[in-house]
Amino acid sequence: MELKPDDLRLAYRHMRMIRLFEEKLSDLVQAGKLGGFLHLYAGEEAVAVGVCSQLQETDVVTSTHRGHGHCIAKGVEVPGMMAELFGRATGTCKGKGGSMHIADMDKGMLGANGIVGAGIPLATGAALTAKLKRTGNVAVAFFGDGASNQGQFHESLNMAANWQLPVVYVVENNGFGEFTPTEFVVPVRDIAERARSYAMRSEIADGMDFFDVAEKASKAIAAARAGEGPTLLECKTYRFMGHFVGDPLPYRHKEEAEDWIQNRDPLQGFERTVAERGLLSAGELRVIDGDVERELAAAVAAAEEAPLPSIDELLTDVYVETA
Amino acid sequence: MTDRKLSVAAAINEALHIAMQTDPDVILLGEDVAGGGARDGDDVDEMGGVLGVTKGLVKAFPDRVLDTPISEMGIIGTAVGAAATGLRPVAELMFMDFLGTCLDPLLNQAAKLRYMFGGKARVPLTVRTVSGAGMQAAAQHSQSLYWITTGIPGLKTVIPSNPADAKGLLLSAIRDDNPVIFCEPKTVLYASGPVPEGDYEVPFGKAKIVREGSDVSLIAFGATVRVALQAAERLAADGTSAEVLDLRSLQPLDEEAILTTLAKTGSVVIVDEATPRCGIASDVAALCVDQGFDHLNTPVKRVTAPHCPVPFAKVLEDAYMPSAERVIAAVAELS
Ligand SMILES: Cc1ncc(C[n+]2csc(CCOP(=O)(O)OP(=O)(O)O)c2C)c(N)n1
Repeated sequence: MELKPDDLRLAYRHMRMIRLFEEKLSDLVQAGKLGGFLHLYAGEEAVAVGVCSQLQETDVVTSTHRGHGHCIAKGVEVPGMMAELFGRATGTCKGKGGSMHIADMDKGMLGANGIVGAGIPLATGAALTAKLKRTGNVAVAFFGDGASNQGQFHESLNMAANWQLPVVYVVENNGFGEFTPTEFVVPVRDIAERARSYAMRSEIADGMDFFDVAEKASKAIAAARAGEGPTLLECKTYRFMGHFVGDPLPYRHKEEAEDWIQNRDPLQGFERTVAERGLLSAGELRVIDGDVERELAAAVAAAEEAPLPSIDELLTDVYVETA
Repeated sequence: MTDRKLSVAAAINEALHIAMQTDPDVILLGEDVAGGGARDGDDVDEMGGVLGVTKGLVKAFPDRVLDTPISEMGIIGTAVGAAATGLRPVAELMFMDFLGTCLDPLLNQAAKLRYMFGGKARVPLTVRTVSGAGMQAAAQHSQSLYWITTGIPGLKTVIPSNPADAKGLLLSAIRDDNPVIFCEPKTVLYASGPVPEGDYEVPFGKAKIVREGSDVSLIAFGATVRVALQAAERLAADGTSAEVLDLRSLQPLDEEAILTTLAKTGSVVIVDEATPRCGIASDVAALCVDQGFDHLNTPVKRVTAPHCPVPFAKVLEDAYMPSAERVIAAVAELS
């Protein structure tokens, strides 16, 4: 895997954007400016960005209820996302989808998803398309540890292994499904072990380390592209915020959360690594920070000013209209 | 009646406490129904469900409140099997939209075991599920799918509009020997109202007149009862006297109450939060025409959501949901 300085700048920009985007949303919800169910990705940036840094625009990803990070990492435009969250006509999905359904087919982003586990077979199907139409594309399914308890996960992995599909299953193990600790509901120690039932390759990455994720994703994606079938890639991570905005977090230990947040922050880790390896300077990163902050502020301002969808939109897009 | 006021959520919580106290076979299972609280000897508190409805139950009944994996097919299927063999499970399906992930155990198992086995099985299962729009939860967390479960022979479906009925209907549901789908409409869940103390049941198949009137009958259930009452209030100001009937139970359906109010007013408007095709509103309209035709002075009107998914944007969601304005407009079309 080769990461050029430009790749690293883009990766850092995406990670910083995800972090600031989620912090901004949290503020906006608390200020009563945004409605709906919002699940924030802060803390898990290295997973989405590490994996997507190894993908091409025509590759397809599927996402989850916690989807903003995957969108940004796959190149979905932030102003459209922000407008979507404000329920505006200029939103990525015309304001009809909202946080749990942001999608941008032009960017290979096959949707956040309100149904836990539902993106997994969709990615499997995208991989089937790639294989049968010989597009050379790869599909990636992002999903949580909780989703690996869904039948859709097991049925999809079995099919993908049988058909040797070009797909990478990326499980973001953040230790909780909503409020329930993973070890209460998953009897295996590592979710990666589940690949063995399907004679599938698996790999475990440090989901707080962009470089480790990118390295392991790169191998899995290359194998998929080379016709060597699927991989289950488990990324060990942590969500820094609640399950949803407003979650009082009574169910997890403060010390545990503090430890991850203080000592394992993926953005700080990235900064340390690029400094150690002399890849990017702190000054360059601060410039990106400033750019991202301005871009985000502009996106919020534009979203607030943008027009609401017309009521006629209620009945459009239900079916494909044939002329 | 009582002065004590509770939310629907609190009334449901109270009914679950009573059901578990009075019957050791009642168990509660679902995603996060305890919610972290099962960490023994730990300082970690529980969430009691994603909306906090089951809070406190795991402390009171530690062995009978089970957090499950996110495995709806497994949860509901297991609950059906447990019900058929001696337990009386209350399974939580967090949102009714997730019916898509666990339909078989309800459609092909719970609903049919007794019939297929020649009357030798009983499935005393209750599935509690949050339904409906109104929280900008968008297309996959806002649907009213009671028309599906109502249409499946072997299942019962009930839907309260207020806290007192929620408590009594839930106790009836748990003690019923049949599988019951208990809907908890989002816009009703935090509505507060008087709730009697103690153990009582609201029988299935008994609709309730919640406002008397003589010119038109508004037939509603769940979230639309409040909408119908608002409309009735405004119609009264304009000299139209509307009666409001709360169905409470969709299967069994109180046909007699529907035909009685129809005979009284001669006009019916049915208000249903769900989509219009193959739904409860159409079903009740058919009953009115089929069996109440001689008493009808006007066409039967339906006020429903449109035939489309539930949109996210608030302006669109507001337009999607039945409103008092739309009910009033439907009444205006009658004359
Ligand atoms: C089929 C289905 N069941 C339940 C839910 C409710 N729900 C939303 S997110 C979530 C937890 C998901 O946990 P996990 O897959 O580990 O992802 P994380 O939230 O930790 O990112 C649950 C239970 C849902 N949206 N869909």
